[in-house]
Amino acid sequence: MHSSQQTAVHALRHHFADMEQQHETVSMGMWLFLVTEIMFFGGMFCAYLVYRVAYYNAWVAGSQQMNILLGAVNTAVLICSSVTMVLAVHFAKLGNRRLLIIFLVATMALGVVFLGVKAVEYHEHWAAHEVPGPNFNFHETGNFDPRHVQIFFSLYFAMTGMHALHMIIGIGVLAWLTLRAVRGQFTEHYNSPVEMTGLYWHFVDVVWIYLFPLLYLISHKHMLT
Amino acid sequence: MATAVTLPEERTNYLNADYGIKSWLLTTDHKRIAILYLITITAFFFLGGFFAMLIRLELLTPAGDMVQADTYNKLFTMHGVIMVFFFLIPSVPAVLGNFLVPIMIGAKDLAFPKINLASWYIFMIGGVITLYAMLTGGLDTGWTFYTPFSTTFSNTNVVTGAIGVFINGFSSIFTGLNFIVTVHRMRAPGMTWRRLPLFIWSNYAAAVIMVLGTPVVAITIVLVALERVFHLGIFNAQLGGDPLLFQHLFWFYSHPAVYIMILPSMGVISELMACFSRKRIFGYDFVALASIAIAVLGFLVWAHHMFVSGISVYAAMVFSLITFFVAIPSAIKVFNWTATMYKGSIRLQTPMLYAIGFIGLFVIGGMTGLFLGALGVDVHVHDTYFVVAHFHYVMVGGVVMGYLGGLHFWWPKMTGRMYPEFWAKLSALLVFVGFNLTFFPQFVVGYVGMPRRYHAYPPEYQVLNVLSTAGASVLAVGYLLPMIYFVWSLRYGKVASENPWNASGLEWMTQSPPTTFNFDQTPVVTWEAYNYDDLNKREEVPVAQ
Repeated sequence: MHSSQQTAVHALRHHFADMEQQHETVSMGMWLFLVTEIMFFGGMFCAYLVYRVAYYNAWVAGSQQMNILLGAVNTAVLICSSVTMVLAVHFAKLGNRRLLIIFLVATMALGVVFLGVKAVEYHEHWAAHEVPGPNFNFHETGNFDPRHVQIFFSLYFAMTGMHALHMIIGIGVLAWLTLRAVRGQFTEHYNSPVEMTGLYWHFVDVVWIYLFPLLYLISHKHMLT
Repeated sequence: MATAVTLPEERTNYLNADYGIKSWLLTTDHKRIAILYLITITAFFFLGGFFAMLIRLELLTPAGDMVQADTYNKLFTMHGVIMVFFFLIPSVPAVLGNFLVPIMIGAKDLAFPKINLASWYIFMIGGVITLYAMLTGGLDTGWTFYTPFSTTFSNTNVVTGAIGVFINGFSSIFTGLNFIVTVHRMRAPGMTWRRLPLFIWSNYAAAVIMVLGTPVVAITIVLVALERVFHLGIFNAQLGGDPLLFQHLFWFYSHPAVYIMILPSMGVISELMACFSRKRIFGYDFVALASIAIAVLGFLVWAHHMFVSGISVYAAMVFSLITFFVAIPSAIKVFNWTATMYKGSIRLQTPMLYAIGFIGLFVIGGMTGLFLGALGVDVHVHDTYFVVAHFHYVMVGGVVMGYLGGLHFWWPKMTGRMYPEFWAKLSALLVFVGFNLTFFPQFVVGYVGMPRRYHAYPPEYQVLNVLSTAGASVLAVGYLLPMIYFVWSLRYGKVASENPWNASGLEWMTQSPPTTFNFDQTPVVTWEAYNYDDLNKREEVPVAQ
C-alpha cells in the first residue's frame, strides 16, 4: 500500500495541483481527441452519404459483394474485445496486476484476429478485381455504372482501411500498456493510461459498429431498380 | 554606439534557467515552445513574403516577362500555402497563445506539455516536407488544392505538398485541444469564466474550430492524395465522382480557418484597447460571446466560396444569409472596441497604433466580405483582385496587425527587454501606409475586372498594379524593421519591469521574463478582468534602468 501511494505521488505531473485534477484533465483531453476522430471519419461518412444517394444502384451492387459472414464474425470479435478492454480497466482500478495483463493481452489478441479476418476479406476483393485502380474490373452487370461501383469500393477501402489503421495503433498502445503493467507501473491510484486507452479502443469499435451495417448490410437485400 | 544593458542581478527566469540546446529542443515549458514557434513562423513569414515580392515584381508590367505562367502558378501557390498553413494559422495561437494562455489563467503550464512540444515537432516535419515539395519542383494547385486539377491534371508535387499540409494540421489540432482542456481544467482559484481575459475567450473559440474543423480537411487531403496515387474517382467527374464534394469538404474547414486566424488576433486587440485606453473593455460579456458566436456561425457559411461553382440557388441564398449573420458579432467587437476608447485616456504607444490600424483595416476587410457574400456582387467580382484585396485586408490587415501589436505589447514579458519605441512607431506607420498602398488599388483593379492568378494583364490595369507593387516594397520595409530592432533589443534594449504598461492581467503580476513555472505561488484571483479603474489609482510603475 505504501509503495503504491508513492507511485501515485510520483505519477503526479508538476503542473497539476492533485491527482483528481490530473485525472479530470487527461479524461477531458481524451474525449476531445475522440471528437476530432469523429470529425475525421465524418468527412468519409459524408462522402458515403452523398454518393449513396446519388448512385443507389451501384451501392447495392457493391454491397452485395461483401462477405457478410466474415463481417459478422469480425463484429463479434470486436465486441468481445471491448468486453476484455472493460475488464482490463476494471482490474487496473482494483490494482490486480495479473488480471490486468491477461485482459490487455486478450484485447490485443482479439484485435489481431480482427485484422487477420479483414486481410482475408481484402484478399477476396483483390482476387475479384474489386480493388479500385487499373486492376478494377467489376464483373456484375445491371442498371448501374461500374465506375460508380468503383467509388463504392474506394470509400469501402478508405473507411475500413482508416479503421484498420486505428486498430493497429490501438494494438501498439496496448502493447506499451502491457509492458508498463508488467513493470508494475499501474496501481489502484494511478491507472489513467489504461482507462484512456479503453476510451480509444471503444471508440474504434463504435466506428466499426457503424461501418458494418452501412457497407455490408443495409443495401444487401435491396433490389436493383 | 549602444552598449549592452544587463540587469544588476540577473534573476532566474525561463530563459536563463538552462542554456543547453537540449534544454530548448526537449523543453516542455510552454514559454520556450512559444519561442520555438516564434522563430519558425518568422522564417516561414519571410519565405512567404519573398514569394509575394516575386509575384508583385512580375505584375509590375502587363507582359508576363519575368517568370513563365507555370512558374507564376507555383509562386502564388507557395505564397498561399506557406502564409496560410505555416504562418497565419499558427501565428497568434502558437506564439502568443502558447506563451500567454497558461500565465493569464494562473496555471503552471498547458494541460499537456509533451503534446505541446509534439505539436511543434509535427509542425516542423510538415514544414520540412512542404519545403521539400517546393524545392523539388514546387506545387501549382493554389493553396486550395481544387480537384480535378490537383488529382488528375497537375504535374507538380501535389502528393508531397498535401502530406506536408496534412501533417501540419495535427500540430494545429494538438494546440487547440491543449487550449480547450487548459481553459477548462487549469484555471487558478477565483479565475471564473467571466473573469477570463478576452484573449483567452477568443483563443478558446479558435481552438474549438481547430479541433472540429482540421480533422475534416485532413481526411479530405488524404482522399485527394489517395485519388492521385491510386486513380480513384471520388472527386473526379470523369469517373462519376463529384468535384463539388471536395469543395464542400475543403471549405468546411478552410472557411472556419479564417476565424482560426482572426479570432486570436481579435483577442489581442481587446487586451490592447483596454490597456491603452485605461478602461475596462466596453461590454465584456458581449465581446466574449461574440467570439463564440463567430466560431459557431463560421461553421455554417462555407459554401459562400462556391456561389459560381454550381450549387443550388436556394443553398446559395441560405449561405449568403448566414454569411451576413457573421457580420453581427464581428461588428459587436468593433463597436465595443471603439466604445472602449471613447472617453478613455488613450496612449498612442506602438501596440495601440497597431490596434487602431487593425480596426480601420478590419472594417474595410469585413465590409467587403459582405459585398462578396451578396450573391449578385459575388458573381461579378468572383476570382478577381477584389477577392484578393478583401482577404488580404482581413488576413494581413487584421491578423498580422494584431499579431505585431501583440508581439510589441508582450515583448517585454517574453524577453525582459523593451523594444525601441521610435523605430517601432515608424514601422507601424510604414506597415499601415504600405499595406493600404498595396491592397487598396487591388479592390479597384479587381472591381474593373482584373482576374486573379494570371501573370499577364491588359495594359490599362498597369497604373494600379504599379501602385500595388510600390506599396508592397514599403510594406516589406515595415516588416523587416521589427525583425531588426527586436533582435537588437535582446541585447541593447532597456530592461523591462514586471509591468511596463501598467496593465491588468495575471501575466503582468509575475516577473519579466517569468520563471519556468510562471508564478512562485499559485495566484488567487479576486478581481474582474480589466480593473483599470483600480490600476489607475496606483502610481505608474517605472521602467527599471
